Amino acid sequence: MSERNAAHELATRQVGAFLARRREQLAQRWADVPLFRTVFTLSRDEAVEASKAVVDALAAVASSGRPEDVAAAGFGAVRDQLGRMAASRARSGSSPARIAEEVAALRSPATELLLAEFSDPSEPQARESVLALTVLMGTLRLVVMETALNAGEDLIARQREQLLEVATPVIRLWDGVVAVPLIGTLDSARSQVVMESLLETIVAQRARYAILDITGVPTVDSLVAQHLMKTVAAAQLMGAECILSGIRPAIAQTIVHLGIDLGPVTTRAGLADALAYALGRLGIEVSPRTTAAVRR
Amino acid sequence: MSARLGLTTSFPIGSDADLAWARHQVRRAAAGLGFGLVEQTKLLTAASELARNTLVHGGGGRMELTVLDDGQARGLRLSCIDEGPGIRDIDLAMTDGYTTGGGLGLGLSGAKRLVQEFTLDSRPGQGTTVTVTQWLSALPVPRSGVL
Repeated sequence: MSERNAAHELATRQVGAFLARRREQLAQRWADVPLFRTVFTLSRDEAVEASKAVVDALAAVASSGRPEDVAAAGFGAVRDQLGRMAASRARSGSSPARIAEEVAALRSPATELLLAEFSDPSEPQARESVLALTVLMGTLRLVVMETALNAGEDLIARQREQLLEVATPVIRLWDGVVAVPLIGTLDSARSQVVMESLLETIVAQRARYAILDITGVPTVDSLVAQHLMKTVAAAQLMGAECILSGIRPAIAQTIVHLGIDLGPVTTRAGLADALAYALGRLGIEVSPRTTAAVRR
Repeated sequence: MSARLGLTTSFPIGSDADLAWARHQVRRAAAGLGFGLVEQTKLLTAASELARNTLVHGGGGRMELTVLDDGQARGLRLSCIDEGPGIRDIDLAMTDGYTTGGGLGLGLSGAKRLVQEFTLDSRPGQGTTVTVTQWLSALPVPRSGVL
């Protein structure tokens, strides 16, 4: 068995040497394979350069004798480039399976070149080398997929953060009246952001009334209610009265069944009612123009 | 459509994102079965309370969603299952305002009031399973054109 391993290791190192030796020819062939051709559409030279970088990485990994290791140092240098290529293919609508297929397509040109090195392609040493190359290319495929998936996860994390910021605008409705239209699920992280931006706006606008509109909140369970009440209490400490609006019939019934006591909080069915209430308390009267005024 | 008869689907409850996903699935299943907006919201809220208990008190677990049909009515059954520390005093846990997690103490008792059937199975050290069922009310459907 150890003899077998030794033969495999030798073959792997030979493949490494082969890759280093045939770098130019292999890069020229890979530049015409869909993976490189479709990403580097502007110039073929770019595709060749990118291919060379990948060949170099594979040669380094093979020479280090760890062809199965996804985390091998040799791949580090091309991870960025592979990630960009995978991302570019994903953007143009390729599925991960398709990208994996395109990476797999790199193998046959390499195998052809490798077999040309041997006078007799059926000799055991040739078979051993092809096997080593196959293992190496399999690892490359894993590295590409891993890089692509990581890029996806980064994107999701970034979007989650963006959502936190974007979904909580505080709007000035009138002098001294601000409103926050709440949308979606009010988990702890988002309700914290809501509270902070509301309190900051209350100070900045010197607001006397703050309207929390929950029209876009699908459900008010006890945790969401608790978050809302904490926000109301904090606003009150700063001298602003909070009005909870946008309470739909289904939400109202649910709150009653749950047994949540919103007693101290002023509530209104709609945002317009809440604004009317706030304006009324500020002593501002909004009324239709008289007929005479309209004629003029 | 996820609301297929007798089919049980299971979702993991291990994070806030899982909670949001479970809620989404419950709403979809309830809407697919023809529950009205009020019933949907009640079930959704009960699911949200129970799933959060599974996460916060049970240390995570899973939610199972089953579409029921007893020949006369159709309904939706939700089970929130965890292998956490369990509940020592169920009567106390079901009391309005009693909380060990800093909440309002309305999760279990409130969820019970939101649904038609509610069972709680828990032993200390053995985990907790809360099952709630909501039946589609068998009100006669108004026929169009008939006053």
